[in-house]
Amino acid sequence: MREAMEFDVVIVGAGPAGLSAACRLMQLAAEQNRPLEVCVVEKGSEVGAHILSGAVFESRALDELFPDWQERGAPLHTPVTTDEVYLLRNAEQAVKLPDALLPKSLHNAGNHIVSLGNLVRWLGEQAEALGVQVFPGFAAAELLYDESGRVRGVATGDMGVAADGSHKDGFMPGMELHARYTLFAEGCRGHLGKQLAERFELARNADPQHYGLGIKELWDIDPARHRPGLVIHGAGWPLDKDTGGGFFLYHAENHQVVVGLIVDLNYANPWLSPFDEFQRLKHHPVLKQYLEGGKRVSYGARAIAKGGFNALPEMAFPGGLLLGCDAGTLNVAKIKGSHTAMKSGLLAAETVFAALTEELADSAWAPRWKAAFEASWLHEELYRSRNFGPALHRLGPLAGGAFNFVEQNVFAGRLPITLHDRQTDHARLRPAAEFSPIAYRKPDGVLSFDKPASVFLSNTNHEENQPCHLVLKDGALPLRENLPRYAEPAQRYCPAGVYEVLGAEQGEPRLQINAQNCLHCKTCDIKDPSQNIVWVAPEGGGGPNYPNM
Amino acid sequence: MKILVTVKRVIDYNVKVRVKPDQSDVDLANVKMAMNPFCEIAVEAAVRLKEAGIATEIVAVSVGPSACQEQIRTALALGADRGIQIDTAEPPESLVVAKLLAAVVAAEQPELVILGKQSIDADNNQTGQMLAALLDWPQATFASALALQEGRLEVTREIDGGLQTLSLALPAIVTTDLRLNEPRYASLPNIMKAKKKLLEVRTPAELGVALKAHTRLLKVEAPAERQGGIKVGSVSELVEKLKSEAKVI
Ligand SMILES: Cc1cc2nc3c(=O)[nH]c(=O)nc-3n(C[C@H](O)[C@H](O)[C@H](O)COP(=O)(O)OP(=O)(O)OC[C@H]3O[C@@H](n4cnc5c(N)ncnc54)[C@H](O)[C@@H]3O)c2cc1C
Ligand SMILES: Cc1cc2nc3c(=O)[nH]c(=O)nc-3n(C[C@H](O)[C@H](O)[C@H](O)COP(=O)(O)OP(=O)(O)OC[C@H]3O[C@@H](n4cnc5c(N)ncnc54)[C@H](O)[C@@H]3O)c2cc1C
Ligand code: SF4
Repeated sequence: MREAMEFDVVIVGAGPAGLSAACRLMQLAAEQNRPLEVCVVEKGSEVGAHILSGAVFESRALDELFPDWQERGAPLHTPVTTDEVYLLRNAEQAVKLPDALLPKSLHNAGNHIVSLGNLVRWLGEQAEALGVQVFPGFAAAELLYDESGRVRGVATGDMGVAADGSHKDGFMPGMELHARYTLFAEGCRGHLGKQLAERFELARNADPQHYGLGIKELWDIDPARHRPGLVIHGAGWPLDKDTGGGFFLYHAENHQVVVGLIVDLNYANPWLSPFDEFQRLKHHPVLKQYLEGGKRVSYGARAIAKGGFNALPEMAFPGGLLLGCDAGTLNVAKIKGSHTAMKSGLLAAETVFAALTEELADSAWAPRWKAAFEASWLHEELYRSRNFGPALHRLGPLAGGAFNFVEQNVFAGRLPITLHDRQTDHARLRPAAEFSPIAYRKPDGVLSFDKPASVFLSNTNHEENQPCHLVLKDGALPLRENLPRYAEPAQRYCPAGVYEVLGAEQGEPRLQINAQNCLHCKTCDIKDPSQNIVWVAPEGGGGPNYPNM
Repeated sequence: MKILVTVKRVIDYNVKVRVKPDQSDVDLANVKMAMNPFCEIAVEAAVRLKEAGIATEIVAVSVGPSACQEQIRTALALGADRGIQIDTAEPPESLVVAKLLAAVVAAEQPELVILGKQSIDADNNQTGQMLAALLDWPQATFASALALQEGRLEVTREIDGGLQTLSLALPAIVTTDLRLNEPRYASLPNIMKAKKKLLEVRTPAELGVALKAHTRLLKVEAPAERQGGIKVGSVSELVEKLKSEAKVI
């Protein structure tokens, strides 16, 4: 028997979107002197443990939420001083783009280099101080509906279930968290958000969502090479001309840099390994000049939702909203999603609070949400960058880049044309036989590393004796179809080495799933060509423990 | 019976410890912290004694900066009744902790103090023993089983050769080993209730204890990185390598 707790608003996910919504709700409640019960559940062991971002942060939404964030000690310490953009031509050469040729959206003056994880930790403290109940270590595992089919909350996962489904010593059943409104802010490819979108057909008028896999490392570097505030972006090598993506290297505080590669998940070649592409990228002189003599401190990976405006589903459904990257509010022209995620949270809080005080029915509240969203700078910003991703996908990096330059700089995104990209990422994967395997160089242990050594630095862990949280709809499919046709690409796209095909040499291949190593990046749920892998929430508290990411 | 349990805030055991570049200490900036696992076992032991009707009140104590109130709240969510934070800038060395705890014992008059056998950060394995000496109380360290028999405490200890069972007069000190119990999860309602339980903050000055340091941390070094292994083709090759390269036989 599960117990239930009642709240006005339940928020799933303590990221920028969820915590901004929570803080704003409590601010409004305090302003109007109205009691309000708000809780946030977070699957990470602490707030921030699962947050992985770049990040160059635009403070627009934060300014609105806490105009005095500076006095409150928000961890924005490193203003961007310089933007550099490179096109890597091969393993040795690069062209630096002159400033005048950069799309405006890539100018970062006024922004800060932050650890989004630390910013979110700070937001979590603000939320608690405002009276929000924040529950890290609890995953929302199940959607709850009332008799009319309206969402009435979520249930947290059971704790202490053994791999075979039996109850271990100390078994604790999940809790039902009932709410008048439930806000889903799980980030990219939320596993409950996905179910909601299906059930309420939220994406019926949208293009399919598109994704990238971001892999990131944090490095201590030689202080002599450190240039705090320097922001470097680039594209080209090592990705081939048919594979989209780009890298970043930001000089943060404390003699640290963050370096990462985002690989678009609509790639065709199943031999491609985003992890190995990233490892070899770091040997390029543009990056090596900073990393050499340094020491890698942390590693992690997370998918991003980059379909933008055209892929944005309806965010409202009976009983709640999808927020931030759970809906897909990232601005791909700027490669920024945290300020937009936050803004979606602020708008949600304002409309939900109004609905609670005025006791609106869903039929009256949903149009209000839509109107507020459409009148906001969030909508305006996403609308203007709507062609950026589709142009790159459809016209290729070169022509697409030129289109984006003209559209963003000359017309500021106001051209009355809209490009669409209607093929899903997983459907773009081609059979292995059409390509030759990619021979990646062995990591040198100085600039490049293997997967186990990398995963080790993510501090990821899951209670070992629990049901596998990577569910195969058809357990035989990987060996029956994925292996012969695609050489089981999960072995290569998973940045944590969770999927291993063993025993192939002996002619008895079997798939081993090392679920304990999972980084919660969600790539397998996105890229499996048969959509056979379903990521579900493991026991609360499991997953990475990212510091400063 | 009133029980005092100690809870220390330490780096989470999932986190790979990193030494600061200047080797002055371990880097704790924005790193996940948690209750020392052996302290969790101590809390669980106390809660089970309360559930069994033996203990009447459980007081959880932590020494350190205000951040360690988080670990006290966890203990309260797991079943402790109230908490005391002894406010110091950093968690002081074991002897100072033991003296502060002795002062709390004098004020609270518990019949049993349960501590972890060691904290996984400093691995000192001495706070419990020092406290027993300061109070002149009997102690049982490395407890793997605990029972109350006719007013005396029966404690089974894990020792190198097997198990040893001791009988102690109360009041007494017990330090917990890994196999004493498996701590429970804190439930959401209990986490909410824990926020309303009493948590007092005391200063060392109020307790009349001076924070005198007897040791100084000179340097912290990461262990040497392990060299990659090799595969040998035969036993004779192995013997040869052990002789000529490893020089161990
Ligand atoms: C490599 C990389 C670089 C990036 N660089 C930038 C940048 O430079 N600037 C920028 O602005 N943006 C950047 N982004 C994008 C930005 O990080 C995201 O847009 C932003 O984090 C989205 O916020 P969110 O609140 O929607 O979701 P998230 O930040 O993903 O937070 C979701 C939270 O919900 C939790 N959660 C999920 N499911 C559940 C569940 N079922 N139960 C309980 N908890 C759950 C998660 O653990 C997580 O803590 C980058 C992203 C990546 C991956
Ligand atoms: C705080 C704490 C204190 C403890 N104190 C004690 C104590 O005092 N006495 C005691 O007896 N025990 C203690 N333990 C428990 C003990 O450390 C572990 O239970 C024990 O090390 C587990 O051994 P294992 O081989 O089963 O571990 P596993 O978890 O199976 O493996 C450990 C090693 O194997 C590697 N490994 C795992 N999977 C793979 C794979 N697929 N391929 C290659 N390598 C792999 C891991 O990286 C790791 O190096 C303590 C544990 C904790 C958390
Ligand atoms: S198992 Fe899936 S979600 Fe986990 S790290 Fe691998 S690809 Fe990412």
